[in-house]
Amino acid sequence: MIKNGRVIDPANGIDKVCDVLIVDEKIAQVGKVAKSVKNVINAKGKLVTPGLIDIHVHFREPGDEEEETIASGSAAAVAAGFTSVVCMPNTDPPIENETDVEYIHRKGRQARKTHVYTMGTITKKREGVELAEMGFMSQAGAVGFTDDGNGVQNPAVMLRALKYAAMFDVVIAQHCQDNSFVGNGVMNSGYYSTILGLPGMDKLAEEAMLWRDIQLVKKTNVRYHAQHISTAGSVELIRQAKKDSLPVTCEVTPHHLLLTERCCEGYDTNYKVNPPLRTAKDIDALKQAIADGLVDALVTDHAPHLQSEKELEFLTAPFGIASLECALGLYIKALIEPKILDWPALIRLMTEKPAKVIGIDKGTLAKGKQGDVTIIDPDAEYVVDVNKFCSKSKNCPYNGWKLRGKVLYTIVGGEIRFSAD
Amino acid sequence: MAVSGKEKRFEWTRKHLLGLRELSAEEITYILDTAQGFEEISTRSIKKAPPLRGKVVVNLFFEDSTRTRNSFTLAASRLSADVIDFTMKTSSVSKGETLLDTARNLEAMGIDIVVIRHNAGGAPQFLSRNIKACVINAGDGYCEHPTQGLLDVYTIRKLKGSLKGLKVAIVGDIAHSRVARSNMWAMTKLGAEVIFVGPPTLIPAQVEQLPVKVSYSLDDVIEEVDVINMLRIQFERLGGNPFPSVREYSHYFGLTVDRMKKAKPDVLVMHPGPINRGLEMESEVADGANSVILQQVTNGLAVRMAVLFLVNQAAARIE
Repeated sequence: MIKNGRVIDPANGIDKVCDVLIVDEKIAQVGKVAKSVKNVINAKGKLVTPGLIDIHVHFREPGDEEEETIASGSAAAVAAGFTSVVCMPNTDPPIENETDVEYIHRKGRQARKTHVYTMGTITKKREGVELAEMGFMSQAGAVGFTDDGNGVQNPAVMLRALKYAAMFDVVIAQHCQDNSFVGNGVMNSGYYSTILGLPGMDKLAEEAMLWRDIQLVKKTNVRYHAQHISTAGSVELIRQAKKDSLPVTCEVTPHHLLLTERCCEGYDTNYKVNPPLRTAKDIDALKQAIADGLVDALVTDHAPHLQSEKELEFLTAPFGIASLECALGLYIKALIEPKILDWPALIRLMTEKPAKVIGIDKGTLAKGKQGDVTIIDPDAEYVVDVNKFCSKSKNCPYNGWKLRGKVLYTIVGGEIRFSAD
Repeated sequence: MAVSGKEKRFEWTRKHLLGLRELSAEEITYILDTAQGFEEISTRSIKKAPPLRGKVVVNLFFEDSTRTRNSFTLAASRLSADVIDFTMKTSSVSKGETLLDTARNLEAMGIDIVVIRHNAGGAPQFLSRNIKACVINAGDGYCEHPTQGLLDVYTIRKLKGSLKGLKVAIVGDIAHSRVARSNMWAMTKLGAEVIFVGPPTLIPAQVEQLPVKVSYSLDDVIEEVDVINMLRIQFERLGGNPFPSVREYSHYFGLTVDRMKKAKPDVLVMHPGPINRGLEMESEVADGANSVILQQVTNGLAVRMAVLFLVNQAAARIE
């Protein structure tokens, strides 16, 4: 039992100081619990929320286990309060059949930390040519499909994927990037790419594909999720799509809310990420989108890479930021501190809403639901130290940042899987 | 020592020369003044001076270069340094050692100054953060080529007295040109007005935030400028098809004898080399009375001697 915490359960409109009782792995009661039980966590002054959910992480297994494994990634996840994560299928080999999906699930169970879900690829080998076995994968429990890292370039293939997916009630997620606008770009195209002499990635690359996909969704009416949107133009496209009641959702990362293209000025490859860091104007638009309720999920796009891979020229280093373990603090800094969201609204975007995007029965503290709970000290300050990460990788530009909001306990299926100190 | 003792009290403090964007007008002028002092060495019968004696300079070149590499080699040897050439056709990490490992290995051999040319913008900055030796940028991607920028302003200053108030047209593939960027920083800091001239497809993003004017027509600006710096069309860098044909490009942006008739009589015609004769420039113009292309090459030597001298001096002071 968790006693006297400020219980925030946005799905059920709860925000009050009370107790949460978990019995046999499930939520038994939220309210004043009268009976005395053996295991009690005193949560006075703390937040008690549904277990946090991150629907966009890269745990690199199979294929790049030196960067991250499902075990190390899962340990990082619970240390950051996440009771469910969704792995992206751009592994080596990619997750493109039911055996692959089952492998991820098995590794997740063996790690015994967080619930590990996975998406499958839309197309075989993520080549954007032939459809992957979405049916078998969804039967095996894949929670969506994406060629993440690649956008599906060919519009006819994307249309076919959406049409075919209509059989299964699944979400098709897209890394929106029209490669013809991007070339060998490594950062946002603009003033800084010009003076740094680095090839740029035009915003149009993201917006053109998102616009195209929205037209395809109009035709097919299949659930579509725009991954890590990063530009003001994308926000407007999402705004219109939602106004038109299309089944379109989207997600935003902490780096697109906190960092701009200017960060690339020192050629620090920890700022090399795809989609690239944009401008202050884009950050404002994304924050406005969140305030307006247009964003469905906050995700990290946790993308671990080895030090040796990042210790390269900006042109050659891989894209990606590892931020899973400081995610909550980053969202607090980006959204709570400037008063864009209050706590229930933030928790909603980290629990109920992302669960809906991928269609899993999680993200609330309703009676009978699985006992996934996160307990947060909202005011505790800490300094990000990559050397203390459970993640195998340290490619985190927030190293040394002072953040607020610490996860004290992460409870998964009624079991304490992480406790601070 | 060849540098005259009359210079203002100014202390050069940088042990790296990474780009001209970060330099002040005063620093740029100081390099030019120092170079002026070094010019004389090349006119001696024994073309050598001792300031870098016992120092090792490595030319770490990941891109083809003849002029710049030879110029650095010659500059270093005139200052009595030992020079190692390290040339690698490719910098692709998949094919071998990383840049950092290469540099660390060279450092383990006891080198003092790295002159680096690399296809990645920022490679010199990256190196300077990770090794102890001095780093001189000899061209990084399309970011900067500071010694080219310096030798260009040196040449102009020498022939026109000052950069102040001059109008300079830089013509061609601006988007992929490190020369254009280094020229822009140096020239504008020294008081010249810079006009980028080229087809819109070869003008970089957000150019309006740079301290330059832009024109898509060489004919529109040729009459008013004091200097025309023609860039080489870098076929190896052009992505896609930024102009329909060489023929059409030359028609709009080639410096022809005909076009030259509209220019000021004392206009300086410059080119960082190597020239695509008949493409950017007709041979008659390249070899004509207004051309200072070979003087640029000569001046490059003095400028590179100055840079080698100054970074070494700053490093000694820091130690």
